[in-house]
Amino acid sequence: MTDWINVIVQGVLVGGLYAMFAAGLSLIFGVMRLVNIAHGDLIVLAAYLALVTTNSLGLDPLMSLIIVVPLMAAIGYALQWLVLNRTLGDDLLPPLLVTFGLSVIIQNGLQEFFTADPQKLQAGDIEYESLPPLIEGVLIGKLPLIQFAVAVIVIAALQLIFYRTALGRAFRATADDSDVARLMGLDNRHVFALAMALSLAVVAIAGVLLAVRANFDPTIGPARLIFGFEAVIIGGLGSLWGTLAGGIMLGVAQAIGAKLDPGWQILAGHLAFLIVLAIRPQGLFPKVQG
Amino acid sequence: MSVRFSDRSARAALAIVAAALIALAAAPLWGGRDDLRLLAEIYAYVALASLWNLLAGYAGLVSVGQQAYVGLGGYLLFALTILLDVPALVAIPLAGVIAASLSLPVAALIFRLRGHYFAIGTWIVAEVFRLLASQVSVLGGGSGTSLPAGVVTSIASTRTMREFLIYWIALALMVAIIVAIVLLLRSRYGLALRAIRDNELAAASNGVDVTRVKLIVYVFTALGTAMLGALIFLQKLRISPDAAFSVNDWTAFVIFITVIGGIGRIEGPIVGTLVFFLLRQFLADLGTIYLIMLGLVAIVVMLKAPKGLWGLAVERFGFQLFPLERRVVLADRGAPPPAQ
Repeated sequence: MTDWINVIVQGVLVGGLYAMFAAGLSLIFGVMRLVNIAHGDLIVLAAYLALVTTNSLGLDPLMSLIIVVPLMAAIGYALQWLVLNRTLGDDLLPPLLVTFGLSVIIQNGLQEFFTADPQKLQAGDIEYESLPPLIEGVLIGKLPLIQFAVAVIVIAALQLIFYRTALGRAFRATADDSDVARLMGLDNRHVFALAMALSLAVVAIAGVLLAVRANFDPTIGPARLIFGFEAVIIGGLGSLWGTLAGGIMLGVAQAIGAKLDPGWQILAGHLAFLIVLAIRPQGLFPKVQG
Repeated sequence: MSVRFSDRSARAALAIVAAALIALAAAPLWGGRDDLRLLAEIYAYVALASLWNLLAGYAGLVSVGQQAYVGLGGYLLFALTILLDVPALVAIPLAGVIAASLSLPVAALIFRLRGHYFAIGTWIVAEVFRLLASQVSVLGGGSGTSLPAGVVTSIASTRTMREFLIYWIALALMVAIIVAIVLLLRSRYGLALRAIRDNELAAASNGVDVTRVKLIVYVFTALGTAMLGALIFLQKLRISPDAAFSVNDWTAFVIFITVIGGIGRIEGPIVGTLVFFLLRQFLADLGTIYLIMLGLVAIVVMLKAPKGLWGLAVERFGFQLFPLERRVVLADRGAPPPAQ
């Protein structure tokens, strides 16, 4: 029994990470109807940037966020302004193809610079420490708990930005009707670029936490994109807290699958996604129709 | 009043195509073993890209998960020949039919997703197929398996004859797929597809059963793609989940080919494949740099010439290789004017 409680607790904690993969994805989809196929590869890029900063400056992995987050946000702004803004329109193929191309470029670029060898960010003793058990046999690692807490804070912050700030108002106005938003004096190219910057800031946090948690190499990006996407659909489009719930459900499904048979971990997550799609295609906590 | 497809330039082009096909069919006479292999690979990519072009360029179903059907076709070939002793050449069409019937429940699920989300949904389906394939221990699980010698020699007794046969099948399959696509586009479904491509809502309100038309295209594409997958892995003689369900090999390259050549045109995938293989012959030694360049070329073409290289050529010369444009002929020359 404690075995299973353990499995579910670990699944919930990983779910926070998946929710962060998802939050950046659903943010830009909400604002500009763009699905960034390179999203997962950008997470991996952030992980490598953190690796470079920790190795060259001797920073603690979590401290590297101070450099990686603004850097990724700047990359996001530039990417949107220089490339992706040119792809937006009624046709969904250009953004899809361009981000697909970016995905191939980032993957192979990372391979060229860093080789295909697996890497990991070392966070020291905290990686192995856990809280004193509340229930006999159920151990909660400090690091997974920090990661989950960060995920909740990030989601809450995004929620605040979206509904309580001028920037969020600009995002929502542009999402509702970008033509009218422009008539009201918003420069939607700038709004889109800010949305991408915010998305990649979240990506940076997710990338660093991922890199502390597990090995990574240049090819693991697409799977992260898929996890994030599954969390969005399970949770329901347009709802940030729903995305957190979706991430948690995905994490739990994978943990249960892994418990049954190690080969079933990822498959169980996909199956949970397909089941939700079959019986409740609008997701569990939908807010807007996609 | 009548509708015609062809004009004089199209009929001339058809003659050129026919001559080229005869030369290609005679390739075993003039080409070496390596030439045949390369040509067969080119045919497979032309056909894969033509099918993806139909799916994305005409039906608006932008899939990034067609590797699901390439891999499924390959695995069905291995399963049918190894486990059920089906002759390899029978297993190819059979793999197509089985994959097409499996594509129906898949479509029932992923057609619930729209646009970009449909794209990623197709990718997840391909991942599910890959993970399931690596659970099949009789076919080698995660590390894959080779085609037994008995299956190979049953195709034809000598190696040369086998290679000729597989080459001709590849050529025939490519021609059959392109002809089928042309016929489909010239039928009333073709008109419906063009209407959907231009404006889905308007097409639906004019009585086009949008879902039905899209489903037909999706299933047809699954059929063709799986047959190609079976053929590709019959030629490779070895299969593994990672190779069979590779998103780079069977989807990224196929999309780049279609976009570089020109999406939404029959000729686009052919032109794109030629460019792709030319680049590969010169640059493949560069490894990852080559892939980075391919990604860059695709992005630049999408941003600067969204209709692709063939689209540029058409705009400049008004030329079409495959007559698809409908031309309304008001009255046949020589026929009496219609009575008022």
